Amino acid sequence: MKSCIFAYKHKAILPSASQSFYDNMKEPNQHTFEDQFQARIDAEERIEPKDWMPEKYRKTLIRQISQHAHSEIVGMLPEGNWVTRAPSLRRKVALLAKVQDEAGHGLYLYGAAETLGAERDDLLDELHTGKAKYSSIFNYPTLSWADIGAIGWLVDGAAIMNQVPLCRCSYGPYARAMVRVCKEESFHQRQGYEIMLTLARGSEAQKQMAQDALNRWWWPSLMMFGPSDKDSKHTAQSMAWKIKRFTNDELRQRFVDITAPQAEFLGLTIPDEDLRYNAETGHYEFGAINWDEFWQVVSGDGPCNRQRLKARRKAHEEGAWVRDAAVAYAEKRRQRKAAAAQQQQVA
Amino acid sequence: MSNKKNWPLWEVFIRSKNGLSHKHAGSLHAADAEMAIENARDVYTRRNEGVSIWVVESQHITASSPNQSESLFDPANDKVYRHPTFYNLPDEVKHM
Ligand SMILES: [Fe+2]
Ligand SMILES: [Fe+2]
Ligand SMILES: [Fe+2]
Repeated sequence: MKSCIFAYKHKAILPSASQSFYDNMKEPNQHTFEDQFQARIDAEERIEPKDWMPEKYRKTLIRQISQHAHSEIVGMLPEGNWVTRAPSLRRKVALLAKVQDEAGHGLYLYGAAETLGAERDDLLDELHTGKAKYSSIFNYPTLSWADIGAIGWLVDGAAIMNQVPLCRCSYGPYARAMVRVCKEESFHQRQGYEIMLTLARGSEAQKQMAQDALNRWWWPSLMMFGPSDKDSKHTAQSMAWKIKRFTNDELRQRFVDITAPQAEFLGLTIPDEDLRYNAETGHYEFGAINWDEFWQVVSGDGPCNRQRLKARRKAHEEGAWVRDAAVAYAEKRRQRKAAAAQQQQVA
Repeated sequence: MSNKKNWPLWEVFIRSKNGLSHKHAGSLHAADAEMAIENARDVYTRRNEGVSIWVVESQHITASSPNQSESLFDPANDKVYRHPTFYNLPDEVKHM
């Protein structure tokens, strides 16, 4: 295994496998380790890569962090679709910068997953073979320029809602990656909303285009928060481990509460007849989510799943020679340097 | 066809401005040190977060083990006399 030296190789880390320091101590059992671990979590201590952790905590984090990384990477595709057709240079540089940020987010996150002992190649293989999941939202097509506005506003908006609490995640490297990501996301959302605002204040056709984008992106955005709490099998454990700080439904509600007035400001209508403000609770009530659609997209049958994976695989395969050439070139340079050093010694 | 020789992992340290120390920013893969610096610039300093970058191949870092952190750091626990507050001086004494 040639991964990060900070990587946690769990067996070797257990005191039982170790040093004279522990020799005259009774070997603590697994149970005590888990209790101590939970006590650290409860005390809001951060867990760092080489610390002892339950195998399930490590697995859960690798799954979540790598899914998050894949989402950032696949998320570049629907937006990349419009880079060459942005309506002005200003919009084009902004979109390029945003897409480049998403690549960066993917890299921070793959790095965080690697501190847990995961290998980059394995993670990519899992994405390319369809074994790993990524956010279902990126399996929807970007049909008009307004979709770029709707994505920045809604999709990045929902991502921010999810990611801000992750800045306090119990696993240090993930939390630190999220701090960087969150700093960068707010530009993404603002540029999206600005696009929507411009269209909403434009011609009737432009306003219609913005409304159409909202119609198509609203419900998939609500689905980004994941299944309803009663169907979310990982939530309870993740909350206990403080990987998650709020449930899917709590975050979804908060998103609706914040976003509904923003839609109103645009003069656009959220496509939900049941949406209304409840003055008593101070929250918006909203209609039922089509979970059949959600599960269908998650399981691979969304509008663009095949296209997205095909694009990812193509990029990876066609980039192979570049990766190989870089290794060969680095090796050649290393040998030249060594030869030059030897010659100098001789002289 | 890939020869499956992977780019090694590098740790990235960034000085955000002169006068401050380099601080660990994260890690990345690169074929060699030059490429690691260029990648670090693109990954970690897209918004002027740095004026200087260090990269070191991860395998060259030796880290203390969390198992030994007690034996490693305990000795400092009972040495209160290393702190200025350990010494009692009358209030009349100024600038100390
Ligand atoms: Fe992102
Ligand atoms: Fe994200
Ligand atoms: Fe974003």
